[in-house]
Amino acid sequence: MMRFAAAVLAVVLGLAGFADAQDRRASRVALPAIKIEKGEACVAPTGEMRRDHMTLLLRQRDRTMREGLREPRFSLKNCVDCHASRETGSVLGQDGFCSSCHAYASVSMDCFECHTPLRQGATAGAPK
Amino acid sequence: MSLDRRQFLAWGAGAAAALAPGLRLIELAQARSPEEAASALQRWGLLIDITKCTDCDVCVTACHEENGVSGHGRPETDAQWIRKVSLRDKRTGYAQTLPLMCQHCEHPPCVDVCPTGASFRRDDGIVLVDKHTCIGCRYCVMACPYAARSFVHEAVSGQKADVPRGKGTVESCTLCVHRVDRGETPACVEACNRDGGKAMAFGDLNDSSAEIHRRLKSEPSSQVRADLALNTGVRYQGL
Repeated sequence: MMRFAAAVLAVVLGLAGFADAQDRRASRVALPAIKIEKGEACVAPTGEMRRDHMTLLLRQRDRTMREGLREPRFSLKNCVDCHASRETGSVLGQDGFCSSCHAYASVSMDCFECHTPLRQGATAGAPK
Repeated sequence: MSLDRRQFLAWGAGAAAALAPGLRLIELAQARSPEEAASALQRWGLLIDITKCTDCDVCVTACHEENGVSGHGRPETDAQWIRKVSLRDKRTGYAQTLPLMCQHCEHPPCVDVCPTGASFRRDDGIVLVDKHTCIGCRYCVMACPYAARSFVHEAVSGQKADVPRGKGTVESCTLCVHRVDRGETPACVEACNRDGGKAMAFGDLNDSSAEIHRRLKSEPSSQVRADLALNTGVRYQGL
């Protein structure tokens, strides 16, 4: 009986220690600032957007450019309109939605060498 | 049962007559929805009446404003999507002025020479540069007989949302494709008809109910460098 109790205790302590170590590790690692400024939900579930946004944008890019299909769902312009920061009106910059995560993942991104990173419409570029 | 040719043709004529007038087997151009691809049923074009073209440059200003084309005060290298060209007959002194931009050819030399397929002709006749695949080699700039293409030499900022522009790529008149896709007319045409000499008309060259189609059919018009047989989408009157 004692042996069983000791085993249970060891397992519980071990698990707790493991979780604790994970927490500590997570707190040591810098995480990207992901601020979502507008809307309740994205055009697709978060997991899917995190994994596949580049593919979705690439596909939409060719559809729009080559075939003239301007479907709003995966349009870069609409991404920027929702995700641009309230302060700067942009998805770039220190805490910018696009740039903070790409800097974290060390992925260079060429979109905004040509496309505007600023939110459009009446609020374009203006702090709200 | 054997059919001779004459009988077959007679039946064919009867069948054709049975279709009501105005009923088309293939529906022609209408305003497209965003979910509908550009189609070869349409061919967008311009008709420019030079006799009405005055000394102004509202088309140039409007184009560069609409597309966010701004220079660095270096005319040799600054991008130019549309320009005013002045012609003068040396013998008589008769002077004319006309706007010149991408002529949106049916057989565009810029598309023939592009090594990456970046320069392409959309199904509705608009000739574009896909800057995602443009490597900036400038073969198209050399190939275009109208000198309509520009290379972007310097980093760009402050682009319009609908008109991405960037260093190291070639660009030219897009016939305001973002406006056309919304069912509007190009900025130069709108400005010319509002503030200029009302010299420019835009429309679908294939649509028999369009004004541009009717005018091209009933009035004389010409292409710049018609000898090259490029079948341009931009036509001139009074040249």
